[in-house]
Amino acid sequence: MTPVEFDLRKRSVRELNEFLHRRLDGTRRVRALNPDGAHAIAVGINAPIDVDIEGHAGYYAAGMNQQARVTVHGNAGPGVAEGMSSGRVHVKGFASVAAGAAAHGGLLVIDGDASLRCGISMKGIDIVVGGSVGDYSAFMAQAGRVLVCGDAGDALGDSLYEAVIYVRGQVKSFGADAHEEPMTEADHAAVSRLLAEAGFAHDPGEFRRVASMRSLYNWTADANQEY
Amino acid sequence: MNKLVELHRRFQEEGSATFDRSMIDYIHRAAATGLYEIRGLGAKRKLPHFDDLVFLGASLSRYPLEGYREKCHTKTVLGTRFAKKPVELAIPITIAGMSFGSLSASVKDALGRAATELGTSTTTGDGGMTSEERRSSKTLVYQCLPSRYGFNADDVRRADALEVVVGQGAKPGGGGMLLGMKINERVARMRVLPQGVDQRSASRHPDWTGPDDLAIKIRELREISDWEKPIYVKFGATRVYHDVKLAVHAGADVVVIDGMQGGTAATQAVFIEHVGIPTLAAIRQAVNALEELDMRGKVQLVVSGGIRTGADVAKALALGADAVSIGQGMLVALGCNHDQYWQDGAFHSAAPDYAALGVTPGHCHHCHTGRCPVGITTQDAELERRLEPEAGARRVRNYLKTLNMELTTLARACGKQDVHHLEPEDLVALTVEAAAMARVPLAGTNWIPGSSA
Repeated sequence: MTPVEFDLRKRSVRELNEFLHRRLDGTRRVRALNPDGAHAIAVGINAPIDVDIEGHAGYYAAGMNQQARVTVHGNAGPGVAEGMSSGRVHVKGFASVAAGAAAHGGLLVIDGDASLRCGISMKGIDIVVGGSVGDYSAFMAQAGRVLVCGDAGDALGDSLYEAVIYVRGQVKSFGADAHEEPMTEADHAAVSRLLAEAGFAHDPGEFRRVASMRSLYNWTADANQEY
Repeated sequence: MNKLVELHRRFQEEGSATFDRSMIDYIHRAAATGLYEIRGLGAKRKLPHFDDLVFLGASLSRYPLEGYREKCHTKTVLGTRFAKKPVELAIPITIAGMSFGSLSASVKDALGRAATELGTSTTTGDGGMTSEERRSSKTLVYQCLPSRYGFNADDVRRADALEVVVGQGAKPGGGGMLLGMKINERVARMRVLPQGVDQRSASRHPDWTGPDDLAIKIRELREISDWEKPIYVKFGATRVYHDVKLAVHAGADVVVIDGMQGGTAATQAVFIEHVGIPTLAAIRQAVNALEELDMRGKVQLVVSGGIRTGADVAKALALGADAVSIGQGMLVALGCNHDQYWQDGAFHSAAPDYAALGVTPGHCHHCHTGRCPVGITTQDAELERRLEPEAGARRVRNYLKTLNMELTTLARACGKQDVHHLEPEDLVALTVEAAAMARVPLAGTNWIPGSSA
């Protein structure tokens, strides 16, 4: 079945999204040509289809995705795959701030680096970053996993809840309540699985586990203004 | 000698205005705990408010309508700017966003039933949409908050309108709190948090940071919802004039402004009392901003924060609001601070439970504890049963009906066939402060402090 093509120089993002929401009619693959950094491309899909964004995407590419497999063949702007609950979003280039923000599930793969606040407020998504992540990544992250094959910036995992971060490179600094913990067998297995799903060949033994100390979970005088 | 004894026996009651009883209590509490106080409800201090305004009813210079016979329309439409399906309400009084988590599921159910009967809307809150409130509410506004707890695409599609919450009147610039005792299994699951954790909601949205970003965020929400649903932007009243202009620039269909009397289930007391401006001071700034942008009537204005009576509603509308939103008043209608609760066909005393919280009915602000003696702001299975949805819905419905009757009575007295025809010229102020804030003349004068005249 040949893919349906939308040339975004000729047709609007509105037409594309309308098609993805309501007129799929058995379509298996959609190609968005010449995205030229447009915002909100392929948002709110709820169908098991493949979408290829053939270039750079602006803000919120594949936002709130359900089921779809969306590939950005370029860089992605802020909030790629924000709010996603299932499916898979693959950024072949770099991702800007807040990648995978507040997302409930599914897998986000970023081949290059991700900027500030990658995985902020995440609620169950798995994020695999081939490169490094910026400051305040996994800020207030509640559930899910972030796997960073490169380095992490300042304040990694600040105010972390139950999400777990695996880092292969250097961590510039930990945020409030985040610390390094020993890797268990389960962690090694999880890292292997995530690497395999994302298509990276690193040795799981090179990763370190970062999780919450849980010392801010309850509000006491001893917290000494950490709040 | 005798004189000295006499002096000593005189009972000294000279208090200090600087260190009064409540200030002494405050310092004692701070010294004992090392923590700021967290409590429910909105600002308690005396503020310039709608009570400081009165209507100039019709007489010789204006012609009234018959209070009981002639029609006075209350229909209200919100979201006419971009949404394909604007929200149509029978009355201009809506129910404000209050979270499942702060409130029980039965309360959300009761509010939904009452709103549906009266043809108005309810609003979700920080914690997601419950099946109970979706089922019972004909028109449900779904909030997109900084925490994004329970915010998902399925519920976006199920909603009738979306409300991007930038902040709220009780704490502009701050995030919410939900203390561990209220995070039961269901609340924890909906918010994806560990049970019993003292949860601090974010104060900033995770994926946008300013008005230009917000414009793109709103566009995304429109795309996800296929441009069908109105998008409201809500914020706490601070720099209202600029914030309204920026919200309009960002593409809002409806702007919701929450004054500092707006309630909360749990916020730092210092925040509640010392951040934000009174509702009265916010409305005209918002209206001016809309007028300057030629957006009056295109972008609707909803006002909340301390709206209690039909008179408050009428005054808010006269100053330029298209609708009002009520949170705390609804809880009081349900029985908040009542000395009794209704369960299994009879009233029962709630006095022992108030006593356990160290308060008496009428003074309770312990929403944050989850030990609500009348079963409203709780997640405790036993306490929750004290608010029966049907009985609660009846009281909320009665309250809404009363407000609407009062509103139309005042509108008719001012000669208006439609409550939306009420105007600032129908009002005067009783205090200089209220005159300056509401920009209506001080009663008996033509003086509006701060105006050039």
